[in-house]
Amino acid sequence: MFNFILKRLAVAVPTLLILIILSYVLMHAAPGGPFTQERAVPPEIMANLEAKYGLNQPLWKQILTYVTDVTTRFDFGPSFVYKDRSVNEIIAQGFPITLTYGTISFVVAVLAGCTLGVLAAVYHNSWLDYLAVGISVGAQVLPNFVMAPILVLVFTLWLGWLPGGGWQGGEWQFLVMPVIALSTSFMASIARITRSSMLEVLNANHIRTARAKGLPTRRVILRHALKPALLPVISYLGPAFVTMITGSVVIDMFFSTGGIGLFFVNAALNRDYSVMMGITILVGGLTIIFNLVVDILYAWIDPKIRY
Amino acid sequence: MIIEKEKMTSLADRLVEQEVKGRSPWTDARKRFLRNRAAMAGLVVLVLVLIFAATGPFLARFSIDEIDFMIIGQVAELGGPSFETGHYFGTDDLGRDLFARVVQGTQVSLMVGIVGAGIAVIAGTLYGAVAGYAGGALDNLMMRAVDILMAIPYMFVLILLLVIFGRSIGMLFVGIGLLSWLDMSRIVRGQTLSLKNKEFIEAARATGVSGFRIIIRHIVPNLLGVVAVYATLLVPLMILTESFISFLGLGVQEPLTSWGALISEGAGTMQYGTLWQLAFPLFFFVITLFGFFFVGDGLRDALDPKDR
Amino acid sequence: MALLDIRNLSVDFDTNDGTVSAVSDVSLSVAPGATLAIVGESGSGKSQTAFAALGLLARNGRATGSVMFDGQEILNAPLSVLNRIRAAEIAMVFQDPMTSLNPYMRVSDQMAEVLTQHKGMSKRDAVAASVRMLDAVKIPDAKARVRLYPHEFSGGMRQRVMIAMSLLARPQLLIADEPTTALDVTVQAQIMHLFAELQQEFGMAVLLITHDLGVVAGFCEEVLVMYGGRIMEQAPTDPLFETPSHPYTRGLLKAIPRVDVATHALDTIPGSPPNMLHPPAGCPFEPRCRWAGEDCRAAVPPLDRFAPGRSRACIRKPEELT
Repeated sequence: MFNFILKRLAVAVPTLLILIILSYVLMHAAPGGPFTQERAVPPEIMANLEAKYGLNQPLWKQILTYVTDVTTRFDFGPSFVYKDRSVNEIIAQGFPITLTYGTISFVVAVLAGCTLGVLAAVYHNSWLDYLAVGISVGAQVLPNFVMAPILVLVFTLWLGWLPGGGWQGGEWQFLVMPVIALSTSFMASIARITRSSMLEVLNANHIRTARAKGLPTRRVILRHALKPALLPVISYLGPAFVTMITGSVVIDMFFSTGGIGLFFVNAALNRDYSVMMGITILVGGLTIIFNLVVDILYAWIDPKIRY
Repeated sequence: MIIEKEKMTSLADRLVEQEVKGRSPWTDARKRFLRNRAAMAGLVVLVLVLIFAATGPFLARFSIDEIDFMIIGQVAELGGPSFETGHYFGTDDLGRDLFARVVQGTQVSLMVGIVGAGIAVIAGTLYGAVAGYAGGALDNLMMRAVDILMAIPYMFVLILLLVIFGRSIGMLFVGIGLLSWLDMSRIVRGQTLSLKNKEFIEAARATGVSGFRIIIRHIVPNLLGVVAVYATLLVPLMILTESFISFLGLGVQEPLTSWGALISEGAGTMQYGTLWQLAFPLFFFVITLFGFFFVGDGLRDALDPKDR
Repeated sequence: MALLDIRNLSVDFDTNDGTVSAVSDVSLSVAPGATLAIVGESGSGKSQTAFAALGLLARNGRATGSVMFDGQEILNAPLSVLNRIRAAEIAMVFQDPMTSLNPYMRVSDQMAEVLTQHKGMSKRDAVAASVRMLDAVKIPDAKARVRLYPHEFSGGMRQRVMIAMSLLARPQLLIADEPTTALDVTVQAQIMHLFAELQQEFGMAVLLITHDLGVVAGFCEEVLVMYGGRIMEQAPTDPLFETPSHPYTRGLLKAIPRVDVATHALDTIPGSPPNMLHPPAGCPFEPRCRWAGEDCRAAVPPLDRFAPGRSRACIRKPEELT
């Protein structure tokens, strides 16, 4: 097990380094340079950056400083736009919010998707199956940026049940629509994956053996079929995680929830490179950690994978 | 929306198996596809959307950036869909003809989707075929690179690229295309590995045909089924990606537009009662996604029939 | 009274391309402690006959007819009834031990659940009993290896695990579906030997399903030959080998490699099994039969009892088959 984790880290660490270096080089390569735009960077910020990275130093030295700062102290440096705020402060403000509704959405999507998929497969070709397939096929063309306006239209403008945006410390009224908007299409995808892999597993020889042992259907499904059926779902969790974080950008923008997504879009519009880089690297790091957890989970479920 | 890897692998395995048996997978598949009602409906929808995109410019009575001063300021009252004013789909918040803009958005979104999917499929196929055919250290290196690239949060990097190098439509094509070749390269590599040792490839090698020619002449054609299905399913994903970026206001730039940008504008004004501004682009977006999805799914089921 | 009595069993599968009839009008019975073999090529319907009896058909399968076990109708019986009989009264050993054991569960868990389910044992006792049964099927170091996963066993050992698992609840009938097909030839002999020993020891009836008449010879008292979903011939083992009365049985016998006869080319039956989507109207074996004629295509020949304990489905007389 230890070796297995080590092997994964051997890929994960360089990945992260490449991402960090790439970000810095890209910023540096921006046409005209990041510091000589049409809208000149205020002198205070220039001074901040100069003090931080020594902009007259050769590129590799700047990169080294940046990489060291990021990896040893999680220090993403000063913002390009705000004089008195560092990237870290911006992330610290937005990230907990993203994490809160993101986690809830993730759990909702996985639980609802798996349940729907398993039920559809077990009651194959019944009305329940058709309903589940209908929902999962329909919902997958409803990505967050389509769901969000529709939800607001229905629940805020027409019914007046829920506030159209805001956060308020994460009270439930403010969570409902972001969570639904973010999780719907993932729930649909997970339901589809679960259903088709469950159908495949239910046809497997070892399931026939389990049935031949006189086990009740419940036990056959929960003890014998569920584990292998969920393996494809688990390998989808990594990509789902990334896409979901990406989706949070829309949520933050549309519902004014105040997560990192909003800062990212604002940074993109204001050319605040260090904020963009900081958030990109943060998301990349999270993705790598999450993928590692998924790999371990996979290896733990599938005894044939020996570490 | 996702492309299920297990199903793609199953399809690829089946196609290789049939190839080895010397059977053409396409003859039966055509029959099965024609019998699949959802896929046929999807195909009809796609054809209609294409016709809409192609003939729309001749039907529109206004250009995309022409402001109708009769309407501006009273869009909610006068800007609705109407044949009398000539704004079949109404106008947007600035009094521009929504029909013309939806036609244009359809063109842009379809183009980004198709070109993006094309780039992704070609890059992925070539990369995977080369890695699988070369084998050994090069294969190892190439696939490790794919592993690393897989862990990069693409949307963020893409937006970073768009901001740094400017938001040109060409950048969007390339960026979106380069998003999705990784999975394709893995599938193609796997199939190349299993095809590589088959007799007909060995025979080609024995007669002194060069490696690259073998890849292009013998291996790639055998992967055509997978590529076709994958590309069809990739187009809606590319459209989704482009719409996502445009929804954030980081995609195509005014006066050009796309479905994502139109949906974003429509969503921004819906509280003023101008719902048509959301409804029309959303309608085309949704039916096109459905169309591609059903055609791609139907194509795969036709080539790899299984009860699922 | 027969332990298992199958009457006029037919099995159909609904597929996209139409209805496939896998088994047609099969009747057989197994007495307590008896050993019966069903022999036939793959696709002859022999496995589906067994699956139908235990309600294990794939989702698109339908079975009609009657299957009585111990005087109780079990064909298409409710799951609650079937689950009391499965493993406890009728146990099954499947063809491919690689895929028939659950690759995601330890052997101990897979075996123990048979006993916790049917005998109400505690998990501890069930595992202990499982270890004893693994000893009985001659798995060395069973106590330690019971904790392993199936993929950590060799093919032959896996099949022993499968057999041990099937015997745990002391069933009255064991259905072995091609138990040696997926194994090496040397291992095949060991497994068949084990079957014979266990059958002596536990005294259960065995229904052996196989495509290999050679496997049958030393083990089964009676043989039933199937082709195209129908019974072609039924006879006690020795007479069947001495005087096969059906052209298909003759073909099968000639296809057995023998070591006691001077080497010559092995005979094979020309052609391939019928497409059960469009079964022939007459005798299913007619297209491949040396003795076939126009009359064979007219109707399915009935299964005739032509000697004590012997039946055949062929309109040619046995003495005509030379």
